[in-house]
Amino acid sequence: MAGILVYALHDDEGNFNKNSLGAISEAAKLAGELGTEAAAVVVGDVSDDGAAGLGAYGAKRVFRAKDAPEGLAQPIVDVMAKVISDEGFSYALFGGGLLGFEIGAGLTARLNAGVTMEVTEVKVQDGKLVAERPVLQDSAIVDVGYVGEPGIIIGRLNAFDANAGDGGSAEVVDVEVELSDWSTKARMVTRGEQRGADVNIEDAEILVGGGRGLGEKDNFKLAEDLADAMGGAVAATRAVVDAGWYPYAAQIGQTGKTVAPKLYLAAGISGAIQHKVGMQNSENILAINKDPNAPIFEFSDLGIVGDLHKILPKLTEAVKARKGG
Amino acid sequence: MKICCLVKEVPDAAVQKRIDSNTKRLDRSGEKNLNPFDTHGIEAAMQIREGGNAQVDEIVAVTMGPESAVRALHKAVALGADRSVHLTDEALAGSDVCATGYALAKVLESEQPDLVLLGQQSDDGECYTIGAVVADHLKMPSLTQVIKIDVADNKLTCERQAEYGYDTVEVELPAVISVGDAINEPRYPSLKAIMGAKKKPLDTHATGDVGIEADHVGEDGSKTQVLAINPPPTKEPGEIIEDEDTNETVEKIVAWLDERKLL
Ligand SMILES: Cc1cc2nc3c(=O)[nH]c(=O)nc-3n(C[C@H](O)[C@H](O)[C@H](O)COP(=O)(O)OP(=O)(O)OC[C@H]3O[C@@H](n4cnc5c(N)ncnc54)[C@H](O)[C@@H]3O)c2cc1C
Repeated sequence: MAGILVYALHDDEGNFNKNSLGAISEAAKLAGELGTEAAAVVVGDVSDDGAAGLGAYGAKRVFRAKDAPEGLAQPIVDVMAKVISDEGFSYALFGGGLLGFEIGAGLTARLNAGVTMEVTEVKVQDGKLVAERPVLQDSAIVDVGYVGEPGIIIGRLNAFDANAGDGGSAEVVDVEVELSDWSTKARMVTRGEQRGADVNIEDAEILVGGGRGLGEKDNFKLAEDLADAMGGAVAATRAVVDAGWYPYAAQIGQTGKTVAPKLYLAAGISGAIQHKVGMQNSENILAINKDPNAPIFEFSDLGIVGDLHKILPKLTEAVKARKGG
Repeated sequence: MKICCLVKEVPDAAVQKRIDSNTKRLDRSGEKNLNPFDTHGIEAAMQIREGGNAQVDEIVAVTMGPESAVRALHKAVALGADRSVHLTDEALAGSDVCATGYALAKVLESEQPDLVLLGQQSDDGECYTIGAVVADHLKMPSLTQVIKIDVADNKLTCERQAEYGYDTVEVELPAVISVGDAINEPRYPSLKAIMGAKKKPLDTHATGDVGIEADHVGEDGSKTQVLAINPPPTKEPGEIIEDEDTNETVEKIVAWLDERKLL
């Protein structure tokens, strides 16, 4: 059975990750074209119903390793390597995020397999899968094929849409896996800590995104004043969240939120791919950046090359005046 | 404790990067530099050495790449590494992630490090995965995108952001850690360190010296193949305004917002 195996990530409450569900739907679609099976792997505490429920997205079987911990890559590499070898899967597919990168990389070493990451599309060519991967800041797209099996495909965030179909349930297969010695040498102390205030950015129609270009934590006030004047909320990049300048709940991107407001106003944000994937579907993108070569200008509708410290305060005043009058 | 820092020579940020349509590889001509993300790995090693919780006997910079890559090693040494190791061989050209990870693991094996540090990504390849590939070959635990490392009792306590927020993870040594750029602010090398870098020991290895099987590396040993290179779908370029007179710029922004009924 030359199928496609997907890793389905879940949080501590047992909710599956949207990008994992998307990867299952994508695998099911591709398996249909290849005339083969899509299956999923889950680890840790996943209920029978939870596992079987992945059938709705297109998984025929779900391999469950109850004893392997969720959240760290290497135990999952052990599980997936065993399932791939025992069952003869030809491809492993991951939705966008972080853990999939690490698991896919581990499998590459373990199974001497080819890997492609940041994949935006997968197609069938001559009975094999070919991955499309944007490279060099999305300035070119390469088609990557695999030599031998399995082939490892790591998707970009939001590349694959989750489609809950007719609610068919998957066969749940419990697997026992002996973890490698080195897989047990990393231990989760706390998982998914929410740093900073719990802010809501998903419902805002206007978002002012602040990045490292703001210069320091206190300067987020410039973004907040503008957002207040416009009736919107403030979002942030990982760089400033990691630095402790702004709450994680406001972060957009690969390991943050995905938004599509009417306006995304990026101030002092370079436009790295991992940020872009979380906001590129905004209806209007306005960027203020002092570097004319900043990647953000490649995908903004209006780009202002200039110093945000000069522009933001005046813009806030002008918006207030316009709204007041 | 011995720390190996993986480093890479990449095209300078100012160079317009492109793929050579004949070789289907990155065109590596033009000005080059040490991958900026790797400077955070070297700085992390220096901070562990200076932190006093672990005795660091040696920091070794390790790279794989053509002859020119010694310049990246010199920069790594100027930033604090004690010596460097250069894996270079025609046979390695065209290696994909699978082959590169294998080759780097082999050269690291010959060094027997207690800790391997590297940057979160290379500025050119943007694969984010080499650390985890190397770790599995070395049979070591690993973590990527780490923004805080505390060392105590032969163990690291690491923090990093994953899908659901911040994870704190305890990792036993020996281990492979890729660090995020928020972990530290790399220091500038002193003029003395820059001048002295070329005098520090540098070992050069070919594939055979470290037991790399030739058919596992290079284009022939790779498990992926670039079948085609296409331009991205064309998008209407946005309007660009250079801010000269800020009052005028702001007027234009407000008009633009108004037009789209965003106010
Ligand atoms: C696995 C992985 C996951 C990631 N996940 C995310 C994620 O979820 N979200 C995310 O955002 N990032 C994520 N990143 C990080 C991402 O790659 C970038 O590092 C980050 O988005 C950069 O943030 P930034 O734009 O604030 O900072 P920078 O890239 O440093 O950009 C700052 C910008 O500000 C401009 N600037 C400076 N001063 C001024 C001024 N006075 N006026 C105007 N402009 C100015 C500069 O020209 C520059 O373009 C991830 C990375 C990896 C590897």
